[in-house]
Amino acid sequence: MLRFLLNRLVQIVILLVIVSLIGFFILNLIPGGPLAQYALDPGMTADDMERLKEQLGLNRPIWVQYLDWAWRLVQGDWGHSFRDGASVLDVIARHVPATLLLMGSSTVIAIGIGTWVGIRGATHRYSTFDNVATIAAMVALSIPTFWFGLVGIYIFSLQLGWLPAGNMYSVGDQSVLDYLHHLIMPSIVLALVHIAIWSRYMRTATLDVMNQDFVKTARAKGLSERRILMKHIVGNALLPMITLAGMQLPALLTGALVTETVFTWPGMGRLFLDSVSYGDYPVVMGLLMFSAVLVIFGNLLADIAVAIVDPRIRLS
Amino acid sequence: MVENAEPTTTGDLALSVRDLTVALPKGMDRLYAVENVSFDLQRGKILCIIGESGSGKSVSANAIMGLLPNALRVQSGSIVLDGVDVTTSPPHVLRDLRGRVASMIFQDPLSALNPLMTVGAQIEEVMAAHDVGTPQSRAEKALSLLREVNLPDPEVMIHQYPFRLSGGQRQRVMIAMALALEPAVLIADEPTTALDVTTQAQILELIREIQQRKGMSVMFITHDFGVVAQIADDVVVMEKGHIVERGSAQQVLNAPEHPYTKQLIAAVPKMRRDDRETDAPATGVSQLLEVEGLTKTYRTARGMFQPPRIVKAVNDISFDLAPGRTLGVVGESGSGKSSLGRVLMKLLDNEGGSIRFEGQEIAGLSEKAFKPLRTKIQMIFQDPFASLNPRATIGYSLTVGPIAHGMSKAEAREQAKALLERVGLNASAYDRYPHEFSGGQRQRVGIARALMFRPKLLIADEAVSALDVSIQAQILELLQEIQRETGVAMIFITHDLRVASQICDEIAVMQKGQIVEYGPPSQIFIAPRSEYTRELVAAIPGRASDLAEAAQAGSVR
Repeated sequence: MLRFLLNRLVQIVILLVIVSLIGFFILNLIPGGPLAQYALDPGMTADDMERLKEQLGLNRPIWVQYLDWAWRLVQGDWGHSFRDGASVLDVIARHVPATLLLMGSSTVIAIGIGTWVGIRGATHRYSTFDNVATIAAMVALSIPTFWFGLVGIYIFSLQLGWLPAGNMYSVGDQSVLDYLHHLIMPSIVLALVHIAIWSRYMRTATLDVMNQDFVKTARAKGLSERRILMKHIVGNALLPMITLAGMQLPALLTGALVTETVFTWPGMGRLFLDSVSYGDYPVVMGLLMFSAVLVIFGNLLADIAVAIVDPRIRLS
Repeated sequence: MVENAEPTTTGDLALSVRDLTVALPKGMDRLYAVENVSFDLQRGKILCIIGESGSGKSVSANAIMGLLPNALRVQSGSIVLDGVDVTTSPPHVLRDLRGRVASMIFQDPLSALNPLMTVGAQIEEVMAAHDVGTPQSRAEKALSLLREVNLPDPEVMIHQYPFRLSGGQRQRVMIAMALALEPAVLIADEPTTALDVTTQAQILELIREIQQRKGMSVMFITHDFGVVAQIADDVVVMEKGHIVERGSAQQVLNAPEHPYTKQLIAAVPKMRRDDRETDAPATGVSQLLEVEGLTKTYRTARGMFQPPRIVKAVNDISFDLAPGRTLGVVGESGSGKSSLGRVLMKLLDNEGGSIRFEGQEIAGLSEKAFKPLRTKIQMIFQDPFASLNPRATIGYSLTVGPIAHGMSKAEAREQAKALLERVGLNASAYDRYPHEFSGGQRQRVGIARALMFRPKLLIADEAVSALDVSIQAQILELLQEIQRETGVAMIFITHDLRVASQICDEIAVMQKGQIVEYGPPSQIFIAPRSEYTRELVAAIPGRASDLAEAAQAGSVR
């Protein structure tokens, strides 16, 4: 286990270096550079700009800037926002909980419903339920998340008035119920596409396992159909799904960014868009590194979970 | 018809099948999987159902357990198991019978156990499903069952997951599970077919021993008359969904009446104790292939900070092979025999040693330098279903290689058609697709494909293992004819010593990557020098002379 973690740690470090390199240099290819916003200010003189550049260290060669940024990052100093001088870590920490809340509730919904639909689709193959689920999944996969968000707002907020159209809470009322009320629509909208993906994979995995010899053994032992399904089929079918959950994490994260924008959800997505348009490079890089770490550790967790559940895999 | 010769019905039947007819889905090559099949299983006896693939023997077994796939249904007839007619019982009654009154073990022990449950949990589950005992008594019973099937360290074994066990051990677990509720009937569907010959012998002995101790009734399904000779009290012979012959084992083996039974018994590869007569001298000519000190090691990486796992699959192997002669390489799974074949084909790189082909060293040759020689060494594969591209015509599969090596299209076509005729197919097969052919026919195509290059050396890796015995005999005959005509040398890799004894001039017995014994069949089978060879030969099912005599009497040739 320790060796496995050590191996993975080395891989993770290499991966993070590559991600940061690509992110840093592509960001600096954007026309206008980090000071484009200031250049729009009519009060700024060329001298002011030069002074600002020097202050922010932007006059140095780009690889020096990268090494300086990376060295500080390793030491725990993620830099300061160009906009208001706030510490990048503080800025991210303020926005992360909202995103994690959205992603977490969406994951619970997606896995719960997707697993059920997938298993039922497999056990009742080619039934009306299965056919409807198949078509619904295709629809959910073909239509972009933001469209579902807009339609949801139109129907449930504007027409029916059941759910709030945006934000995470109402000003003056921050009870748990109020949070939940605001959470319902964004988390379901974000979950839709993942329900579709999850249910399709789950259906295939279940069908796969149903044809295995050990299921026939279980039947020959005189077990009830219910126990065969729950104990022998579902457990084995869920194994590959753990890995899938890890692999779906980036999609879930990007989906969350879109959903947050639609529902003015105060998470990393909004922060990311604002920071890019403002040219706030330190915050953008900080968000990039944070997402990378999140995704990588999500996958690491998935690998460890598979090893715990599957006795054939031991992390040694 | 034998059908009319109803067995005498005594009141002592564990299982009685009457006029069973199971319909096949529309569009299959016949209407019924089994038609009007009747047989009885006497209490305390072992009944062998023998037949080739597609004979309906497994369908009968699954029908008894109520485990037929949805596409198949019992159309008429009755199956009375312990006084209950299975064909008319509702699902919950069937469920109650399964595991309690009748248990079943299957062919492939590697896939028949749930990989995520411990061995003990899977055994206890049978008892729990039938509300027998308490968790504690069930655990105790599971332990005693594991002891009963002679598994080593039952206290440890009970907490193990199946992947830790070998194939033979897993089959023992299956048997333990089947015995948990002391069923009246045990149905064994080819339980030893997937096992090595020494393991097969142990499992057969275990089943026989438990059956006698408990007075259990066993229905044993097999395709192997050797197994029948070893274990059966009574025999039912099935062909294409019908019973063609039945009787006591002695009677059927020694005086088979039906032509199909005679044909089956005659086709069983018999142990030859004399050496093969051949015109090709072993020595005094230049050797086609000289192998010396050949070594192949597998390394499995285990991560950056760990030494890799090293397995010596081929360990210091040396032999010579003259043109027109056949070397048999026999061994159990994991002995390295297939790795040896692949190294000789240069599909795998060797680490040490030399391979001289027609006097030229090929072990160190680059792929490019070896290419002209590659055509002279050809391979025949085990699985005739997987080794042909299903989307390509037979003609394409045959000619694509030679054309790539510079043969003209017209010439390749002519030769392919001639070879198809030579291997006993029609030249019209050229334009057809693999799915239109049976396993045996596809293996003929595989042989034709290998011969397209006029090779000097044929490597046949388990080339007849996937085939029914009657087909097996035909393919072996064909290979011998071709060898006589073309003088091609052959390396015949097989786990079946009986097959090896028929076709080989010399035999190399492999164990753990090494040749433990090398010699002519007469030595290997009559006076083996190594302990391992002795074990292997002793484990061959139905080795007893009765089968040999039966084969003589039943020979239709």
